[in-house]
Amino acid sequence: MSTQKQKQTEESSEETAIETETSSHQQRRLDEKAARKADREAQRQAAEESLDDEETVKLKVFRFDPEVPEKEEPRFDTFVVPFHKGMTVLDALIYARDHYDSSLTFRHSCQQAICGSDALFVNGRQRLGCKTQLADLDGPVRIEPLPHAEVVKDLVVDMEHFYDQMEAVEPFFDADELPDDELEEQRQDRQNREKIKMSTRCIWCGACMSSCNIAAGDNEYLGPAAINKAYRFAMDEREGEDRKEERMRIVEQEHGVWRCQTQFSCTEVCPKDIPLTEHIQELKREAVKNNLKFW
Amino acid sequence: MSQRYNRGAVEDFGRWREFSAGMWAWIFHKFTGWVLVGYLFTHIAVLSTATSGAAAYTGTIRTLESLLIVRLLEVGLLAVAVFHILNGVRLLFVDLGVGLTSQDRSFYASLILTGAITVASVPTFLAGAV
Ligand code: HEM
Ligand code: SF4
Ligand code: FES
Repeated sequence: MSTQKQKQTEESSEETAIETETSSHQQRRLDEKAARKADREAQRQAAEESLDDEETVKLKVFRFDPEVPEKEEPRFDTFVVPFHKGMTVLDALIYARDHYDSSLTFRHSCQQAICGSDALFVNGRQRLGCKTQLADLDGPVRIEPLPHAEVVKDLVVDMEHFYDQMEAVEPFFDADELPDDELEEQRQDRQNREKIKMSTRCIWCGACMSSCNIAAGDNEYLGPAAINKAYRFAMDEREGEDRKEERMRIVEQEHGVWRCQTQFSCTEVCPKDIPLTEHIQELKREAVKNNLKFW
Repeated sequence: MSQRYNRGAVEDFGRWREFSAGMWAWIFHKFTGWVLVGYLFTHIAVLSTATSGAAAYTGTIRTLESLLIVRLLEVGLLAVAVFHILNGVRLLFVDLGVGLTSQDRSFYASLILTGAITVASVPTFLAGAV
């Protein structure tokens, strides 16, 4: 009994020793970190000052990181970046990240409006960072993550819900009848191709969904991109009547096409210029034609 | 969509300055539609005074029409009704898929026409009241 107590005391004194040691280590690390931070800040200031006689653009960028206590509170950081002709919003963000703050987080890949990863809220409107010329914007350029989506970090939003809605319309070609020879082409006539042409351009960026007031208030609403996807296949004559009917059943549901209130915000923000409202309206009329029978 | 925290100005009504034509048209159409429903009740209430005799009805109308505020409200009612009808016609065209690329211009046209008709109606509505 007594030996045990003895041991405990020993242990705890040992622990305290370790603790003191760690805290001095920690202190040193923190000091170093603070020094590095001051250093970076000085570098950044020097870099920004060296831009004085250059043409620059001022960015106000939304910052938020739920995993770091000091960054939990959303705020805006200002970055001054050198401007060059043809510079896009994405170029400016990349410059800010590479030269000023490597923790600045945003999604991008192709830089040519194809991958759909950099839809952002720029000066109060959903736009693709890589397709938006800084020269067309009034400064300071305010860059925020897409509204009506959960922010993961800085400019990155959770796209899961958007992708779920896209998957819900079965976004793949699925014909009633396949040609006898497996390798035979499934041809589409020119008019039909022309009809669905615009609808095939979607790059799954989510700008339309973010701009939609109705989608913001109704989580179950398929949203413009998914309905457009359904249009792309429902209107493709190669799929056949049965498949079209199944597709119509998906978009006719309570949270399908009828939620659209023709505010046109999706059509206005779509970076691929897809006439989304027009496609939604056509599916509404198609649904009415299929369901209203007076004979 | 779900929200981890309140993004304040990013999503609240402070964003109304960034609304586009179609969004304004939607808000105005809702608003005017409900104002018209509200007026319908007032309208019935006033008309039903006729059930207690012609004199009661005439008296009510005379009293109401002698009030400046009622005259002004009538101008407002006309504006609301005209906008609702014009934009309603615009929406019917949108439903038919006609002229979708001019949807913003047809909204502005509805607004301007509503304004013009309202202004032109002022002398008639306010005659004798001021
Ligand atoms: C010629 C006259 C009218 C036309 C052309 C018209 C047209 C329309 C149209 C097309 C809509 C549907 C909007 C949409 O697609 O979301 C609508 C909605 C509505 N209208 Fe009218 N309307 C007229 C008169 C009236 C009157 C007299 C009243 C009131 C008694 C009224 C009250 C409403 C209401 C409450 C709504 C629904 C607003 C909402 O969505 O919450 N309308 N109107
Ligand atoms: S429809 Fe346009 S805005 Fe919507 S996801 Fe596709 S490309 Fe983006
Ligand atoms: S980076 Fe691929 S769409 Fe902008």
